[in-house]
Amino acid sequence: MIKRYTPLQLLIHIGAWIPIARLVFEAFTGGLTANPIQHIEQRTGRAAITLLFLSLAATPLNSLFGWKEPLQRRRALGLYAFMYATIHVIIFTDLDYGLAWSLILETVFQKPYILVGAAAFLLLIPLAITSFDIWKVRLKKNWKRLHQTVYFIAPLVVLHYAWGKKGTFFALQGDILLPLIYGLILVLLMVLRIPAVRRFLASARTRWRRPVNSRNPAI
Amino acid sequence: MFRSNIPSSEITPKHVYLSRRDFMKAAGVVGAGALLAACAPNAATETAPSVLPDVPNTLEDITNYNNYYEFSTDKEAVAPLSKNFQTRPWDVEVSGLVNNPKTYAIEDLLKKFPQEERIYRLRCVEAWSMVIPWMGFSLAKLLTEVEPTSDAKFVRFEAVYRPEEMPGLKSPFYDWPYQEGLRLDEAMNDLTLLATGLYGNLLPNQSGAPLRLVVPWKYGFKSIKGIVKIALTDTQPKTLWSTASPNEYGFYSNVNPNVSHPRWSQSSERRIGDLARRPTLMFNGYEEQVAYLYDGMDLAKYY
Repeated sequence: MIKRYTPLQLLIHIGAWIPIARLVFEAFTGGLTANPIQHIEQRTGRAAITLLFLSLAATPLNSLFGWKEPLQRRRALGLYAFMYATIHVIIFTDLDYGLAWSLILETVFQKPYILVGAAAFLLLIPLAITSFDIWKVRLKKNWKRLHQTVYFIAPLVVLHYAWGKKGTFFALQGDILLPLIYGLILVLLMVLRIPAVRRFLASARTRWRRPVNSRNPAI
Repeated sequence: MFRSNIPSSEITPKHVYLSRRDFMKAAGVVGAGALLAACAPNAATETAPSVLPDVPNTLEDITNYNNYYEFSTDKEAVAPLSKNFQTRPWDVEVSGLVNNPKTYAIEDLLKKFPQEERIYRLRCVEAWSMVIPWMGFSLAKLLTEVEPTSDAKFVRFEAVYRPEEMPGLKSPFYDWPYQEGLRLDEAMNDLTLLATGLYGNLLPNQSGAPLRLVVPWKYGFKSIKGIVKIALTDTQPKTLWSTASPNEYGFYSNVNPNVSHPRWSQSSERRIGDLARRPTLMFNGYEEQVAYLYDGMDLAKYY
Protein backbone atom coordinates (compact mmCIF):
# COMPACT_ATOMS: atom_id res chain seq x y z
CA MET A 1 0.00 0.00 0.00
CA ILE A 2 1.33 3.41 -0.89
CA LYS A 3 1.41 5.75 2.04
CA ARG A 4 -0.40 8.97 1.30
CA TYR A 5 1.21 12.15 2.49
CA THR A 6 -0.89 15.11 3.50
CA PRO A 7 0.02 18.53 2.06
CA LEU A 8 1.31 19.63 5.48
CA GLN A 9 3.52 16.58 5.71
CA LEU A 10 4.94 17.21 2.27
CA LEU A 11 5.54 20.84 3.16
CA ILE A 12 7.42 19.87 6.32
CA HIS A 13 9.53 17.14 4.76
CA ILE A 14 10.48 19.27 1.78
CA GLY A 15 10.80 22.54 3.67
CA ALA A 16 13.05 21.08 6.34
CA TRP A 17 15.69 20.20 3.75
CA ILE A 18 15.71 23.61 2.09
CA PRO A 19 18.37 25.13 4.40
CA ILE A 20 20.76 22.27 3.59
CA ALA A 21 19.93 22.46 -0.11
CA ARG A 22 20.62 26.18 -0.02
CA LEU A 23 23.98 25.70 1.67
CA VAL A 24 24.98 23.05 -0.88
CA PHE A 25 23.92 25.37 -3.69
CA GLU A 26 25.94 28.21 -2.18
CA ALA A 27 28.94 25.94 -1.74
CA PHE A 28 28.96 25.30 -5.47
CA THR A 29 28.31 28.90 -6.51
CA GLY A 30 30.76 30.57 -4.13
CA GLY A 31 27.99 32.00 -1.99
CA LEU A 32 29.24 30.89 1.42
CA THR A 33 30.74 34.36 2.12
CA ALA A 34 34.33 35.15 2.99
CA ASN A 35 33.81 33.40 6.33
CA PRO A 36 32.14 30.13 5.29
CA ILE A 37 32.41 28.28 8.60
CA GLN A 38 30.65 31.04 10.51
CA HIS A 39 28.08 31.32 7.73
CA ILE A 40 27.19 27.61 7.91
CA GLU A 41 27.18 27.77 11.70
CA GLN A 42 24.74 30.66 11.77
CA ARG A 43 22.53 29.27 9.01
CA THR A 44 22.11 25.84 10.64
CA GLY A 45 21.53 27.51 13.99
CA ARG A 46 18.74 29.60 12.56
CA ALA A 47 17.19 26.54 10.88
CA ALA A 48 17.25 24.69 14.21
CA ILE A 49 15.56 27.49 16.14
CA THR A 50 12.96 28.03 13.41
CA LEU A 51 12.02 24.35 13.30
CA LEU A 52 11.90 24.15 17.09
CA PHE A 53 9.53 27.10 17.13
CA LEU A 54 7.35 25.53 14.44
CA SER A 55 7.07 22.42 16.60
CA LEU A 56 6.01 24.66 19.48
CA ALA A 57 3.41 26.32 17.26
CA ALA A 58 1.45 23.08 16.81
CA THR A 59 -0.54 23.27 20.02
CA PRO A 60 -1.43 26.97 19.65
CA LEU A 61 -2.52 26.31 16.05
CA ASN A 62 -4.83 23.65 17.40
CA SER A 63 -6.27 25.83 20.15
CA LEU A 64 -6.65 28.84 17.84
CA PHE A 65 -8.14 27.17 14.80
CA GLY A 66 -9.05 23.72 15.99
CA TRP A 67 -6.58 22.39 13.44
CA LYS A 68 -5.52 18.97 14.69
CA GLU A 69 -3.00 17.82 12.12
CA PRO A 70 -0.06 19.93 13.41
CA LEU A 71 -0.22 17.92 16.64
CA GLN A 72 0.77 14.84 14.65
CA ARG A 73 3.67 16.69 13.01
CA ARG A 74 5.37 17.88 16.18
CA ARG A 75 7.71 14.91 16.25
CA ALA A 76 8.94 15.45 12.71
CA LEU A 77 9.48 19.16 13.32
CA GLY A 78 11.25 18.52 16.63
CA LEU A 79 13.52 15.89 15.11
CA TYR A 80 14.40 18.14 12.18
CA ALA A 81 15.20 20.89 14.69
CA PHE A 82 17.45 18.43 16.51
CA MET A 83 19.12 17.43 13.25
CA TYR A 84 20.06 21.05 12.53
CA ALA A 85 21.14 21.63 16.12
CA THR A 86 23.41 18.60 15.82
CA ILE A 87 24.93 19.84 12.56
CA HIS A 88 25.34 23.27 14.17
CA VAL A 89 27.21 21.77 17.14
CA ILE A 90 29.36 19.46 15.00
CA ILE A 91 30.42 22.39 12.82
CA PHE A 92 31.28 24.37 15.93
CA THR A 93 33.39 21.63 17.53
CA ASP A 94 34.93 20.17 14.39
CA LEU A 95 35.22 22.79 11.66
CA ASP A 96 35.34 25.92 13.81
CA TYR A 97 37.44 24.66 16.70
CA GLY A 98 39.15 21.73 15.00
CA LEU A 99 38.20 19.35 17.85
CA ALA A 100 40.68 21.14 20.11
CA TRP A 101 38.73 20.18 23.22
CA SER A 102 40.70 22.25 25.71
CA LEU A 103 40.00 25.33 23.61
CA ILE A 104 36.36 24.30 23.17
CA LEU A 105 35.87 23.84 26.91
CA GLU A 106 37.56 27.16 27.61
CA THR A 107 35.27 28.82 25.11
CA VAL A 108 32.14 27.17 26.49
CA PHE A 109 32.85 28.39 29.99
CA GLN A 110 34.13 31.82 29.03
CA LYS A 111 31.31 32.71 26.70
CA PRO A 112 27.93 32.53 28.42
CA TYR A 113 26.13 32.46 25.07
CA ILE A 114 27.90 29.24 24.15
CA LEU A 115 27.28 27.83 27.63
CA VAL A 116 23.51 28.29 27.33
CA GLY A 117 23.63 26.98 23.76
CA ALA A 118 25.50 23.87 24.89
CA ALA A 119 23.03 23.37 27.75
CA ALA A 120 20.09 23.66 25.37
CA PHE A 121 21.64 21.11 23.04
CA LEU A 122 22.37 18.61 25.82
CA LEU A 123 18.80 18.96 27.09
CA LEU A 124 17.43 18.32 23.60
CA ILE A 125 19.21 14.96 23.33
CA PRO A 126 16.88 13.00 25.68
CA LEU A 127 13.87 14.55 23.96
CA ALA A 128 15.10 13.41 20.56
CA ILE A 129 15.91 9.90 21.81
CA THR A 130 12.55 9.44 23.53
CA SER A 131 10.51 10.90 20.71
CA PHE A 132 9.51 7.46 19.43
CA ASP A 133 6.29 5.71 20.38
CA ILE A 134 7.99 2.93 22.29
CA TRP A 135 9.36 5.46 24.77
CA LYS A 136 6.00 7.10 25.09
CA VAL A 137 4.64 3.75 26.24
CA ARG A 138 7.59 2.98 28.52
CA LEU A 139 7.73 6.34 30.22
CA LYS A 140 3.98 6.74 30.58
CA LYS A 141 3.21 9.99 32.43
CA ASN A 142 6.87 10.89 32.69
CA TRP A 143 7.11 11.14 28.93
CA LYS A 144 4.97 14.23 28.92
CA ARG A 145 6.87 15.73 31.82
CA LEU A 146 10.17 15.06 30.08
CA HIS A 147 8.99 16.67 26.89
CA GLN A 148 7.67 19.68 28.73
CA THR A 149 11.29 20.63 29.45
CA VAL A 150 11.15 22.17 25.99
CA TYR A 151 9.50 25.17 27.67
CA PHE A 152 12.78 25.66 29.47
CA ILE A 153 14.95 24.82 26.46
CA ALA A 154 13.30 27.25 24.04
CA PRO A 155 14.10 30.37 26.11
CA LEU A 156 17.68 29.10 26.46
CA VAL A 157 17.89 28.91 22.69
CA VAL A 158 16.61 32.47 22.32
CA LEU A 159 19.12 33.62 24.93
CA HIS A 160 21.90 31.80 23.06
CA TYR A 161 20.90 33.63 19.88
CA ALA A 162 20.53 37.01 21.57
CA TRP A 163 23.78 36.85 23.54
CA GLY A 164 25.67 35.75 20.46
CA LYS A 165 24.93 39.12 18.88
CA LYS A 166 26.72 42.37 19.61
CA GLY A 167 24.72 44.51 21.98
CA THR A 168 22.72 44.27 25.19
CA PHE A 169 19.60 42.20 24.61
CA PHE A 170 17.69 43.20 27.73
CA ALA A 171 18.48 46.90 27.23
CA LEU A 172 17.30 46.68 23.60
CA GLN A 173 20.63 48.02 22.41
CA GLY A 174 22.64 46.78 19.46
CA ASP A 175 22.16 44.00 16.94
CA ILE A 176 19.18 42.36 18.64
CA LEU A 177 16.30 42.71 16.15
CA LEU A 178 16.12 39.07 15.02
CA PRO A 179 16.56 37.53 18.49
CA LEU A 180 13.94 39.98 19.73
CA ILE A 181 11.47 38.82 17.08
CA TYR A 182 12.09 35.18 18.02
CA GLY A 183 11.73 36.08 21.69
CA LEU A 184 8.38 37.79 21.13
CA ILE A 185 7.11 34.87 19.06
CA LEU A 186 8.12 32.52 21.88
CA VAL A 187 6.25 34.66 24.42
CA LEU A 188 3.16 34.60 22.21
CA LEU A 189 3.36 30.82 21.75
CA MET A 190 3.74 30.35 25.49
CA VAL A 191 0.83 32.66 26.34
CA LEU A 192 -1.39 30.68 23.97
CA ARG A 193 -0.59 27.57 26.03
CA ILE A 194 -1.75 28.94 29.36
CA PRO A 195 -4.70 26.67 30.29
CA ALA A 196 -7.04 29.62 30.92
CA VAL A 197 -6.17 31.12 27.53
CA ARG A 198 -6.66 27.76 25.85
CA ARG A 199 -10.06 27.23 27.48
CA PHE A 200 -11.11 30.72 26.46
CA LEU A 201 -10.00 30.09 22.86
CA ALA A 202 -11.76 26.72 22.77
CA SER A 203 -15.06 28.15 23.98
CA ALA A 204 -14.72 31.16 21.67
CA ARG A 205 -14.26 28.76 18.80
CA THR A 206 -17.34 26.69 19.60
CA ARG A 207 -19.39 29.86 19.96
CA TRP A 208 -18.21 30.92 16.53
CA ARG A 209 -18.71 27.59 14.87
CA ARG A 210 -22.32 26.87 15.61
CA PRO A 211 -23.92 30.17 16.38
CA VAL A 212 -26.45 30.54 13.59
CA ASN A 213 -28.17 27.17 13.75
CA SER A 214 -28.47 26.91 17.47
CA ARG A 215 -29.69 30.44 18.00
CA ASN A 216 -31.96 30.63 15.03
CA PRO A 217 -33.29 27.17 14.18
CA ALA A 218 -35.74 28.62 11.69
CA ILE A 219 -33.08 29.14 9.06
CA MET B 1 46.07 23.57 21.61
CA PHE B 2 45.49 24.60 18.03
CA ARG B 3 44.93 22.09 15.35
CA SER B 4 48.32 22.55 13.82
CA ASN B 5 51.21 24.87 13.36
CA ILE B 6 51.37 24.27 9.65
CA PRO B 7 51.18 27.64 7.95
CA SER B 8 47.63 28.10 6.87
CA SER B 9 48.81 28.92 3.36
CA GLU B 10 49.77 25.27 3.03
CA ILE B 11 46.38 24.07 4.23
CA THR B 12 44.31 26.39 2.13
CA PRO B 13 45.39 26.42 -1.47
CA LYS B 14 45.49 30.13 -2.19
CA HIS B 15 45.08 29.62 -5.92
CA VAL B 16 41.53 28.58 -5.18
CA TYR B 17 40.83 32.11 -3.99
CA LEU B 18 43.20 34.12 -6.13
CA SER B 19 43.33 34.29 -9.85
CA ARG B 20 46.89 34.29 -11.14
CA ARG B 21 46.75 38.00 -11.79
CA ASP B 22 45.49 38.79 -8.30
CA PHE B 23 48.14 36.50 -6.92
CA MET B 24 50.91 38.43 -8.63
CA LYS B 25 49.39 41.65 -7.31
CA ALA B 26 49.22 40.28 -3.77
CA ALA B 27 52.79 39.07 -4.03
CA GLY B 28 53.83 42.55 -5.08
CA VAL B 29 52.08 44.08 -2.12
CA VAL B 30 53.84 41.74 0.29
CA GLY B 31 57.13 42.71 -1.33
CA ALA B 32 56.30 46.37 -0.85
CA GLY B 33 55.38 45.64 2.74
CA ALA B 34 58.75 44.04 3.36
CA LEU B 35 60.49 47.06 1.82
CA LEU B 36 58.46 49.39 3.99
CA ALA B 37 59.34 47.29 7.01
CA ALA B 38 63.01 47.75 6.33
CA CYS B 39 62.89 51.52 6.61
CA ALA B 40 59.89 52.11 8.88
CA PRO B 41 59.47 49.52 11.59
CA ASN B 42 56.16 51.08 12.62
CA ALA B 43 54.46 50.15 9.41
CA ALA B 44 55.77 46.63 9.38
CA THR B 45 53.77 43.50 9.50
CA GLU B 46 57.05 41.60 9.77
CA THR B 47 57.78 42.47 13.38
CA ALA B 48 54.87 40.35 14.59
CA PRO B 49 55.88 37.41 16.75
CA SER B 50 53.60 35.21 14.71
CA VAL B 51 54.68 32.01 13.04
CA LEU B 52 51.66 32.02 10.79
CA PRO B 53 51.91 34.05 7.61
CA ASP B 54 50.21 37.38 7.09
CA VAL B 55 49.15 37.39 3.49
CA PRO B 56 46.90 40.26 2.40
CA ASN B 57 43.33 39.17 1.81
CA THR B 58 41.89 39.49 -1.64
CA LEU B 59 40.11 42.68 -2.67
CA GLU B 60 37.07 40.46 -3.24
CA ASP B 61 37.01 39.31 0.40
CA ILE B 62 37.85 42.73 1.83
CA THR B 63 35.07 44.47 -0.08
CA ASN B 64 32.31 41.89 0.33
CA TYR B 65 32.48 41.12 4.04
CA ASN B 66 31.92 44.40 5.83
CA ASN B 67 30.58 45.47 9.18
CA TYR B 68 29.01 48.84 8.40
CA TYR B 69 25.80 48.91 10.42
CA GLU B 70 24.69 52.23 8.90
CA PHE B 71 23.91 50.16 5.80
CA SER B 72 23.15 46.73 7.20
CA THR B 73 24.06 44.27 9.94
CA ASP B 74 24.47 41.67 7.19
CA LYS B 75 28.11 41.79 6.19
CA GLU B 76 27.36 40.64 2.67
CA ALA B 77 24.61 43.20 2.12
CA VAL B 78 26.79 46.25 2.78
CA ALA B 79 28.51 46.25 -0.61
CA PRO B 80 25.30 46.30 -2.72
CA LEU B 81 23.47 48.69 -0.37
CA SER B 82 26.31 51.22 -0.36
CA LYS B 83 26.82 51.18 -4.13
CA ASN B 84 25.12 54.53 -4.76
CA PHE B 85 26.29 56.29 -1.62
CA GLN B 86 27.49 59.82 -2.49
CA THR B 87 31.01 60.58 -1.28
CA ARG B 88 31.40 63.90 -3.16
CA PRO B 89 31.24 66.65 -2.08
CA TRP B 90 32.60 65.64 1.32
CA ASP B 91 33.76 67.91 4.10
CA VAL B 92 35.58 66.96 7.27
CA GLU B 93 35.26 69.42 10.13
CA VAL B 94 38.20 69.48 12.52
CA SER B 95 37.32 71.46 15.61
CA GLY B 96 37.28 71.57 19.40
CA LEU B 97 40.35 72.29 21.49
CA VAL B 98 42.64 73.27 18.62
CA ASN B 99 44.34 76.50 17.63
CA ASN B 100 43.48 76.17 13.95
CA PRO B 101 40.01 74.70 13.53
CA LYS B 102 39.34 74.02 9.89
CA THR B 103 36.92 72.28 7.57
CA TYR B 104 38.69 70.31 4.88
CA ALA B 105 37.21 69.17 1.60
CA ILE B 106 38.23 65.55 0.99
CA GLU B 107 40.16 66.63 -2.12
CA ASP B 108 42.26 68.97 0.05
CA LEU B 109 43.15 66.15 2.43
CA LEU B 110 44.13 63.90 -0.47
CA LYS B 111 46.29 66.66 -1.96
CA LYS B 112 47.82 67.96 1.24
CA PHE B 113 48.92 64.69 2.83
CA PRO B 114 50.93 62.21 0.80
CA GLN B 115 49.20 58.84 0.69
CA GLU B 116 51.26 55.88 1.78
CA GLU B 117 50.50 52.19 1.76
CA ARG B 118 50.18 50.45 5.12
CA ILE B 119 49.55 46.73 5.36
CA TYR B 120 47.77 46.10 8.64
CA ARG B 121 46.09 43.20 10.33
CA LEU B 122 42.47 43.96 11.20
CA ARG B 123 41.00 41.99 14.09
CA CYS B 124 37.22 42.07 14.41
CA VAL B 125 35.71 41.59 17.86
CA GLU B 126 33.66 38.80 16.26
CA ALA B 127 36.91 36.79 16.23
CA TRP B 128 37.77 36.94 12.56
CA SER B 129 40.63 38.86 11.03
CA MET B 130 42.03 40.06 7.72
CA VAL B 131 45.23 41.58 6.37
CA ILE B 132 44.49 44.76 4.47
CA PRO B 133 46.71 46.98 2.34
CA TRP B 134 45.38 50.44 3.15
CA MET B 135 46.31 53.76 1.58
CA GLY B 136 46.24 56.82 3.80
CA PHE B 137 48.19 59.10 6.09
CA SER B 138 48.93 59.26 9.80
CA LEU B 139 46.25 61.00 11.81
CA ALA B 140 49.14 62.69 13.65
CA LYS B 141 49.90 64.74 10.54
CA LEU B 142 46.43 66.24 10.46
CA LEU B 143 46.39 66.84 14.21
CA THR B 144 49.77 68.56 14.10
CA GLU B 145 48.41 70.90 11.49
CA VAL B 146 45.36 71.98 13.54
CA GLU B 147 47.50 72.23 16.71
CA PRO B 148 45.67 70.72 19.70
CA THR B 149 45.71 73.05 22.71
CA SER B 150 47.29 71.96 25.98
CA ASP B 151 43.81 71.10 27.33
CA ALA B 152 43.10 68.56 24.59
CA LYS B 153 43.20 65.00 25.91
CA PHE B 154 40.93 63.02 23.61
CA VAL B 155 39.89 62.93 19.97
CA ARG B 156 36.27 62.37 19.08
CA PHE B 157 35.19 61.10 15.65
CA GLU B 158 31.73 61.29 14.18
CA ALA B 159 30.47 59.43 11.12
CA VAL B 160 28.13 60.63 8.41
CA TYR B 161 24.40 60.40 9.17
CA ARG B 162 22.26 60.19 6.04
CA PRO B 163 19.24 57.95 6.67
CA GLU B 164 17.92 58.41 3.14
CA GLU B 165 21.06 56.78 1.76
CA MET B 166 21.89 54.47 4.66
CA PRO B 167 19.00 52.12 5.49
CA GLY B 168 20.61 50.72 8.65
CA LEU B 169 20.27 54.10 10.35
CA LYS B 170 16.55 53.42 10.70
CA SER B 171 17.30 50.83 13.38
CA PRO B 172 16.20 52.23 16.75
CA PHE B 173 18.58 50.00 18.69
CA TYR B 174 21.64 52.20 18.25
CA ASP B 175 22.60 55.66 19.39
CA TRP B 176 23.29 57.15 15.93
CA PRO B 177 25.37 58.75 14.54
CA TYR B 178 28.29 56.36 14.95
CA GLN B 179 30.92 57.92 17.15
CA GLU B 180 34.33 56.79 18.28
CA GLY B 181 37.17 58.16 20.32
CA LEU B 182 40.85 57.84 21.10
CA ARG B 183 43.10 59.22 23.75
CA LEU B 184 45.28 61.96 22.24
CA ASP B 185 48.49 59.95 22.61
CA GLU B 186 46.84 56.97 20.88
CA ALA B 187 45.71 59.28 18.12
CA MET B 188 49.23 60.67 17.74
CA ASN B 189 50.84 57.21 17.45
CA ASP B 190 52.22 56.76 13.98
CA LEU B 191 50.28 53.52 13.44
CA THR B 192 46.95 55.38 13.66
CA LEU B 193 45.90 55.91 10.10
CA LEU B 194 43.32 58.01 8.32
CA ALA B 195 42.65 55.70 5.40
CA THR B 196 41.56 56.96 2.02
CA GLY B 197 42.32 53.94 -0.13
CA LEU B 198 42.61 50.20 -0.49
CA TYR B 199 44.89 48.15 -2.75
CA GLY B 200 46.21 51.36 -4.32
CA ASN B 201 42.79 52.76 -5.26
CA LEU B 202 40.36 55.08 -3.50
CA LEU B 203 38.32 53.46 -0.73
CA PRO B 204 35.19 51.68 -1.93
CA ASN B 205 31.98 52.86 -0.25
CA GLN B 206 31.53 49.67 1.78
CA SER B 207 34.96 50.12 3.34
CA GLY B 208 34.18 53.57 4.70
CA ALA B 209 34.74 55.97 1.80
CA PRO B 210 35.99 58.57 1.51
CA LEU B 211 37.75 58.72 4.88
CA ARG B 212 37.96 56.24 7.73
CA LEU B 213 40.08 55.57 10.75
CA VAL B 214 42.32 52.51 11.07
CA VAL B 215 43.67 51.66 14.53
CA PRO B 216 45.23 48.24 13.96
CA TRP B 217 45.86 47.31 17.62
CA LYS B 218 42.21 47.81 18.57
CA TYR B 219 39.11 45.79 17.63
CA GLY B 220 37.74 46.75 14.24
CA PHE B 221 34.74 48.73 15.50
CA LYS B 222 37.10 51.44 16.78
CA SER B 223 38.06 52.13 13.15
CA ILE B 224 35.11 54.39 12.37
CA LYS B 225 34.00 54.77 8.75
CA GLY B 226 32.69 57.74 6.76
CA ILE B 227 34.20 60.40 9.05
CA VAL B 228 32.69 63.90 8.86
CA LYS B 229 33.81 65.38 12.18
CA ILE B 230 36.97 65.20 14.23
CA ALA B 231 36.95 67.13 17.49
CA LEU B 232 39.54 67.46 20.25
CA THR B 233 38.07 67.33 23.74
CA ASP B 234 39.15 67.30 27.36
CA THR B 235 36.68 64.60 28.36
CA GLN B 236 36.49 60.99 27.22
CA PRO B 237 34.10 60.86 24.25
CA LYS B 238 31.04 58.66 24.14
CA THR B 239 31.33 55.81 21.66
CA LEU B 240 28.51 53.94 19.93
CA TRP B 241 29.42 50.45 21.11
CA SER B 242 30.30 51.35 24.66
CA THR B 243 26.89 53.02 24.85
CA ALA B 244 25.09 50.02 23.37
CA SER B 245 26.86 47.46 25.52
CA PRO B 246 28.99 49.02 28.23
CA ASN B 247 29.96 45.71 29.88
CA GLU B 248 31.21 44.36 26.65
CA TYR B 249 32.86 47.20 24.77
CA GLY B 250 35.03 49.59 26.70
CA PHE B 251 36.51 52.84 25.50
CA TYR B 252 39.93 51.28 24.90
CA SER B 253 38.95 48.00 23.23
CA ASN B 254 42.54 46.97 22.64
CA VAL B 255 42.97 43.55 21.07
CA ASN B 256 43.83 41.45 24.09
CA PRO B 257 43.78 37.64 24.20
CA ASN B 258 44.60 37.59 27.92
CA VAL B 259 41.83 39.65 29.42
CA SER B 260 38.87 37.41 29.98
CA HIS B 261 35.95 39.29 28.60
CA PRO B 262 32.50 39.43 30.22
CA ARG B 263 31.08 37.66 27.24
CA TRP B 264 33.70 36.75 24.69
CA SER B 265 36.88 34.80 24.90
CA GLN B 266 39.24 36.57 22.53
CA SER B 267 42.09 34.10 22.66
CA SER B 268 41.78 32.87 19.10
CA GLU B 269 40.57 34.07 15.74
CA ARG B 270 40.01 32.89 12.19
CA ARG B 271 41.90 34.66 9.46
CA ILE B 272 39.53 35.04 6.55
CA GLY B 273 40.64 32.47 3.98
CA ASP B 274 42.02 30.06 6.59
CA LEU B 275 40.35 26.95 7.89
CA ALA B 276 42.05 26.56 11.26
CA ARG B 277 41.91 29.17 14.01
CA ARG B 278 45.06 30.96 15.06
CA PRO B 279 45.98 32.45 18.42
CA THR B 280 45.16 36.13 18.81
CA LEU B 281 48.20 38.29 19.49
CA MET B 282 48.49 40.94 22.21
CA PHE B 283 47.64 44.33 20.70
CA ASN B 284 47.00 42.39 17.50
CA GLY B 285 50.75 41.90 17.14
CA TYR B 286 51.63 45.60 17.47
CA GLU B 287 52.81 45.33 21.06
CA GLU B 288 56.24 46.75 20.30
CA GLN B 289 54.76 49.91 18.83
CA VAL B 290 51.93 50.62 21.29
CA ALA B 291 52.45 48.82 24.62
CA TYR B 292 54.10 51.94 26.12
CA LEU B 293 50.78 53.80 25.82
CA TYR B 294 49.32 51.58 28.53
CA ASP B 295 52.24 51.34 30.96
CA GLY B 296 50.94 50.84 34.48
CA MET B 297 47.32 50.55 33.35
CA ASP B 298 45.15 47.63 34.42
CA LEU B 299 43.96 46.42 31.05
CA ALA B 300 41.31 44.22 32.65
CA LYS B 301 39.76 47.35 34.13
CA TYR B 302 40.31 49.56 31.11
CA TYR B 303 39.08 47.08 28.49
